[in-house]
Amino acid sequence: MNEVKTTAKTNFKWVGKRTRRPDGPDKVTGRARYGDDMVMSGMLYGKTLRSPHAHAKILSIDTSKAEALKGVKAVVTHKDIPDHPLLEPPYGPMIADLHDISRNVMAREKVLYDGHAVAAVAATSERIAKAAIKLIEVEYEILPHVLDPLAAAQPGAPILHEHQFTHGVDPKPEAPSNVFRVVSAERGDLEKGFADADIIVEREFRSEPVHQGYIEPQALIATASEDGAVEIWTTTQGHFVIRGLCARLMNMDMSSIRVTASEIGGGFGGKNNVYAEPVAIRLSQKTSRPVRMVMTRSEVFRGTGPASGTYSRIRMGAMRDGTIVAAEAEIYNQAGAFKGSPVGRSVDSFFSSYSIANAKATAYDVCVNRPKVAAYRAPGAPMATMAAELTINELAEKLDIDPVDLRMKNAVQDGGQSLNGAKYGRIGLTEVLETVKNHPHYSAPLAPNQGRGFALGYWMHGGGLSSVVANLLDDGTVAIATGNPDIGGSRSSMRVMAAEELGVDLELIKPIVADTGSMGYSHLTAGSRTTFATGMAVINSVREIIEKLRALAAKKWEIPVDDVAWEAGQAVTQRDGFEALTLKQLAGMATKMGGAIAGHSEINAGGAGAAFSAQIVDVEVDPETGFVSLKRYTVIQDAGRAISPDYVEGQMQGGAVQGIGWALNEEYIYDDKGCLQNLGFLDYRMPVASDVPMIDTVIVEVPNPNHPYGVRGVGEPPLVPAPGAVANAVENAIGKKMGSLPLSPPKILGTLELCR
Amino acid sequence: MSKYHVTTTINGDEVDFTCYADQTLLEVLREDLNMTGTKNGCGSGDCGACTVIVNGRPVNACLVLGAELDGANIETIEGMSTGTELHPLQQKFLDHAALQCGICTPGFLNMAKALLEKNPEPTETEVRYALAGNLCRCTGYDKIVRAVLDAAAEMRESTS
Ligand code: FES
Ligand code: FES
Repeated sequence: MNEVKTTAKTNFKWVGKRTRRPDGPDKVTGRARYGDDMVMSGMLYGKTLRSPHAHAKILSIDTSKAEALKGVKAVVTHKDIPDHPLLEPPYGPMIADLHDISRNVMAREKVLYDGHAVAAVAATSERIAKAAIKLIEVEYEILPHVLDPLAAAQPGAPILHEHQFTHGVDPKPEAPSNVFRVVSAERGDLEKGFADADIIVEREFRSEPVHQGYIEPQALIATASEDGAVEIWTTTQGHFVIRGLCARLMNMDMSSIRVTASEIGGGFGGKNNVYAEPVAIRLSQKTSRPVRMVMTRSEVFRGTGPASGTYSRIRMGAMRDGTIVAAEAEIYNQAGAFKGSPVGRSVDSFFSSYSIANAKATAYDVCVNRPKVAAYRAPGAPMATMAAELTINELAEKLDIDPVDLRMKNAVQDGGQSLNGAKYGRIGLTEVLETVKNHPHYSAPLAPNQGRGFALGYWMHGGGLSSVVANLLDDGTVAIATGNPDIGGSRSSMRVMAAEELGVDLELIKPIVADTGSMGYSHLTAGSRTTFATGMAVINSVREIIEKLRALAAKKWEIPVDDVAWEAGQAVTQRDGFEALTLKQLAGMATKMGGAIAGHSEINAGGAGAAFSAQIVDVEVDPETGFVSLKRYTVIQDAGRAISPDYVEGQMQGGAVQGIGWALNEEYIYDDKGCLQNLGFLDYRMPVASDVPMIDTVIVEVPNPNHPYGVRGVGEPPLVPAPGAVANAVENAIGKKMGSLPLSPPKILGTLELCR
Repeated sequence: MSKYHVTTTINGDEVDFTCYADQTLLEVLREDLNMTGTKNGCGSGDCGACTVIVNGRPVNACLVLGAELDGANIETIEGMSTGTELHPLQQKFLDHAALQCGICTPGFLNMAKALLEKNPEPTETEVRYALAGNLCRCTGYDKIVRAVLDAAAEMRESTS
């Protein structure tokens, strides 16, 4: 069952309606072109040679035999990718260090994980390219490796980067370390807080890395022309970001690279980065031919970013009346081969749903011999959240207080702050918790061997840079171009907002995703920012068109523009004797009366604000096998305002199911040499249709005052509490605490048998 | 290596192609015939993105060799609609917002079509098991299952 609970204005023409998406027909007929659906004339096929070792020095690379193979047109190694100096502090929350990126796209001194790219070829067929990489001879000196973040943080662990000294600790360390940095945030007086507590719960948790699991592997074509211009067609969450990274990495002018985003077959944060793009540019430069590079599924697992595996410890104390008075946590995030796990977000995620007077959270960014982590839907949040939420549920149990009541008592209010110090404006937390409490699922009876779980998730959204161009055409239709790849239906929301502003039919608006040569910078389709930030730029652009249309009508009528209003898709005036001019009529006049009409907007949107998602889950655990089946699932989330409720629900449902996979099945399995063993979807087990029930949703609408329609981000919050909610349900079903994901049948059976 | 000459019917048209012994139907469709509606999510039979219908049965195109298909009748997503009229399943996928990124959609549509041909009145559970070989990472399956159930109901009505 899906409902929308709203407290605000609802008399919209299009906002909040269930409408078909503009890109729909192409996607149900196979016409839509994704990364790997493009061919170019004269195209060559690129293939990457990858490291078979977890950690090794590269002694030599001999490419001569590959180069001699008939049909091979070029071979590249790290020598073809420019080197860059290490990034200097201060470090921001997001690290893009060209020194590391150049080494991640092509290993230089060492290989740092199984699957690390070592060389690449371009050949006249895929078949020849595959044969050619086998002819490249690489001499390695194998080094000891480390996979576990806690082990990697200990003195004496194999060191990945001799130049890396832990940042953010005092005194400055003298020995290199796999810990790149330690970040923390705190408020109040922890010691006093714990002294005041009547009850203290302490727990620890481990989790495995999980892959974003997009169904479309990375795929691209790069074409370099003799005059230095480069065109790239790629599946990405941000083609402007790809342009910037490629230009900086390859020492090129940004304007000489033009990137077109293909349709994208899922990303979830995993397509925010460059992998083969710079390599393909180089191969194309060497051959003057387009070069296509497509990853296989096993390359996706071995070479692209998972989310961090983690180890965390947590301690929370409460008074008998339920006031949480102290909370302390630390988490070790696997960064993979290069620094940059989402430590800041982990710190912020533990306790920011609550106003706890004394709290501290610390996160360690730890390099290990695994692929470099990439963002994954609310990066850094789900595991920190799981630790805090399960601990709070245990406090509730011990205090004999209902878990939702306990949260109500401690919930952060409008005007409060996250642990990192971000100020909340109007938030919908109380409304979300009240909805949970009153939801029939929360009090429905359970059968034997069943358990109910509950968890709350918080996420602070990003706004950021977005650009939009809107062109009014002669016939009164409007072409809206944004710079944001559409992963989950954003063109639909853009169209709805434009039609709402103009007061015209949806069909008159044609939204597209334009290439980097067409418009101003637009940041990634990530951070749940697109409907909020890019949507605002759409609204601005359309409002500019409306202003111009009012002026045009004023000119036509020979009256002051202030006397012209825009209502329901037409220019009107209170003055007598003038008949309203429709959008279509005005559009037809424009070119004859001064020129084409367009609007554009380039913004840095702030005020995206926080959103909260709460989830109730029922599971049944088979005591004989340890198998967990999902019985019922409800996601309750503040969306601010759902522009397209179908797609908001889709985000809530999809996020929840990713969380189910994280909690129950998904994990990387390495052998003792540090090589990844489960390289496909058969052994990396993501949820399938028969694993899950319908995912019920309640969209709570507490409009965001910083957006014209009240939009908040919706993509990330639903994953945040999901693994914790599922784990909590399993705990309640078996009556035992579980400390390590995934909660696979052998693990559950092991716990049950220990207790028998 | 020599190539095999294969004659098939694809979406009602006679189509000839040549292929190597180890070339899959998926490669033939995507690389040689430029029919890219059939998607490649894994190439190993684990995701269902490449589901097509061969001689009335749904198969993973990445697990079938092109050379085996002489005389076969192949249906792909490109042939699902009739002229400009979308198939009821395609319509219902749009109405129920059963796709986000859409990369899994052609495979789901073919698998669902094959299911409804065999079982015009499936239960929710039957739909879920029939689609269990098709991965979708975006939707959580809820809206896909609803779309298939709704399409089944509509197709039953229009044939009764
Ligand atoms: S591509 Fe054939 S099953 Fe995945
Ligand atoms: S819609 Fe993206 S994988 Fe299904």
